[in-house]
Amino acid sequence: MTTAPAQAGWRFRQPSVIPGFGLTLGFSLAYLTLIILIPLSGLIWRSASLGWAEFWAIASDRRTINALEISFGTAFLAAAVNVVFGTLVAWVLVRYRFPGRRIVDAMVDLPFALPTAVAGIALTTLYAPNGWIGKLLMPLGIKVAYTPLGIVVALVFIGLPFVVRTVQPIMEEIDKEVEEAAATLGASRFQIITRVLFPGLAPAIITGFSLAFARGVGEYGSVIFIAGNLPYKSEIAPLLIVIRLEEYNYPAATAIAAIMLALSFVMLLVVNLVQTWSRKRYG
Amino acid sequence: MEVRVANVRKEFERFPALHDVSLDIKSGELIALLGPSGSGKTTLLRLIAGLERPTRGRIFFGDEDASQKSIQERNVGFVFQHYALFRHMTVADNIGFGLKVRNGASRPPAAEIRRRASELLDLVQLSGLEKRYPAQLSGGQRQRVALARAMAIEPKVLLLDEPFGALDAQVRRELRRWLREIHDRTGHTTVFVTHDQEEALELADRVVVMSQGRIEQVGTADDIYDTPNSPFVYGFIGESSSLPVKVENGEIWLADRPIGLSAPHAPEGEATLYFRPHDVELLDGCSGCIAGTVAASRRVAGTRRVELEIGGERQRVEIELPVGHPAAQKSRVAFRPGRWKLFPAA
Repeated sequence: MTTAPAQAGWRFRQPSVIPGFGLTLGFSLAYLTLIILIPLSGLIWRSASLGWAEFWAIASDRRTINALEISFGTAFLAAAVNVVFGTLVAWVLVRYRFPGRRIVDAMVDLPFALPTAVAGIALTTLYAPNGWIGKLLMPLGIKVAYTPLGIVVALVFIGLPFVVRTVQPIMEEIDKEVEEAAATLGASRFQIITRVLFPGLAPAIITGFSLAFARGVGEYGSVIFIAGNLPYKSEIAPLLIVIRLEEYNYPAATAIAAIMLALSFVMLLVVNLVQTWSRKRYG
Repeated sequence: MEVRVANVRKEFERFPALHDVSLDIKSGELIALLGPSGSGKTTLLRLIAGLERPTRGRIFFGDEDASQKSIQERNVGFVFQHYALFRHMTVADNIGFGLKVRNGASRPPAAEIRRRASELLDLVQLSGLEKRYPAQLSGGQRQRVALARAMAIEPKVLLLDEPFGALDAQVRRELRRWLREIHDRTGHTTVFVTHDQEEALELADRVVVMSQGRIEQVGTADDIYDTPNSPFVYGFIGESSSLPVKVENGEIWLADRPIGLSAPHAPEGEATLYFRPHDVELLDGCSGCIAGTVAASRRVAGTRRVELEIGGERQRVEIELPVGHPAAQKSRVAFRPGRWKLFPAA
């Protein structure tokens, strides 16, 4: 793609004419250390007080593995659902003018503001077997509350604004002329969306996905109400950590936390690399 | 392909952008739509492309009524001022896009599309840039890719909306010459919009001068420049000076003096005299001429532009003198326009 010669070794990006590179970098590093690095290294340090054998015993425990699977699996599913419908919501908000658009726009942010416990209780009431929606789904044999499906529902609710708010501004910037150009070249409406618009939105959609996913993995408040919290079945990893803490089993709690941390970090890193790659291509 | 615009009217939310416009474009012609902003030139171009639908009237491609066809069916090549390239596609993919979105049997095989893309890149003199992304090209290169993309679908007409508007002067001149060459080589019927008269006059076979949603004049560069048919065209194309005059008994009078020009067919009464500042005959004495005191004198490139105050009303007109002409030193200059035109006072 670019024809820049391969660089030997590491090099700082050339500072611009704007002064303060040293100052701002120094401040950023200090700030990140204070806010993120110190608490996290404390976590690693605590879990390191366990020996390898003990750590491995906790990590390979069926209950831990199931909890991690449920946490990451539901978060992934919910983020995937949000990518589809969040993009759709953003599309409607950007493309169409209809009465009440501003209200819908404001509503998207509600999951940000609402205490997550409130969301969890509200969703549980709705989806419980005797709730408004649960009652309708019951005859179809679909059980939402107190199952992993309920977790997905809660995480979809929590994660929606992340996708909408990252995709929306990029969508607003789409040049109308690009669509017109595609139309004059003979592309149908569907081809314009899939071949021209969507690829341009992909980086923003990936960002929205990773934010919604990360939020879903860490979500606690809303999930514990709707999940039912059955060990091995619908128990999320953050809940397991809290259970261990309540048993004063700090090493076990920190060990699970450390595993979550490592997994999340790897996944976000991958997403970031995909981002960088696509940004390099599309400028 | 011949294009015929028949009595087209276009309104945007009740506001008319075009009033009853008709225009015949011959096959293979290079036509410029020229006018100030808001004159409706871009609207007319977009109507031909199908990007807008006429409020009234019809547009024909050959004998076919194109106004009933969608943009996709019209098969026009459209080039936008700001290129409108697909950022996430390589240059080759951009050019091949119009062929790739065809369905079924009309879509050429991939290898054929690739071959066609590189052929067009040769034509627009960008060979070897197939793998680049638009972000890695300069403005002039992007516009050439946009043109290649538009030509890839073998359009019936090529429509360009201020194609050089976003480029700097140097690149503009270069691309102008190059577009003319491409047109001569490929023979596409081409319509381009511009507000730059130099561009229109230099490039086009015929120029369509537009103002306030109407066509003022259609003609070759010579027609438009030498025989403008309205005060607007006189004022808009090239330099012009004007004076309020009166017609009496076939003679033109400025205030209370005849200026030595006769207009036997002009209607009696108030009128405005238009002439080109460089097309004047300087006189010594003055019985039947326009005379004025020099109010200002500026050197402009190869000539000297002199501003004169005429008569009691102190009407100002500009004329051009050769540098070093003795008249420039005098405080009073007398002249008579060479080629001129009278329009009845509005």
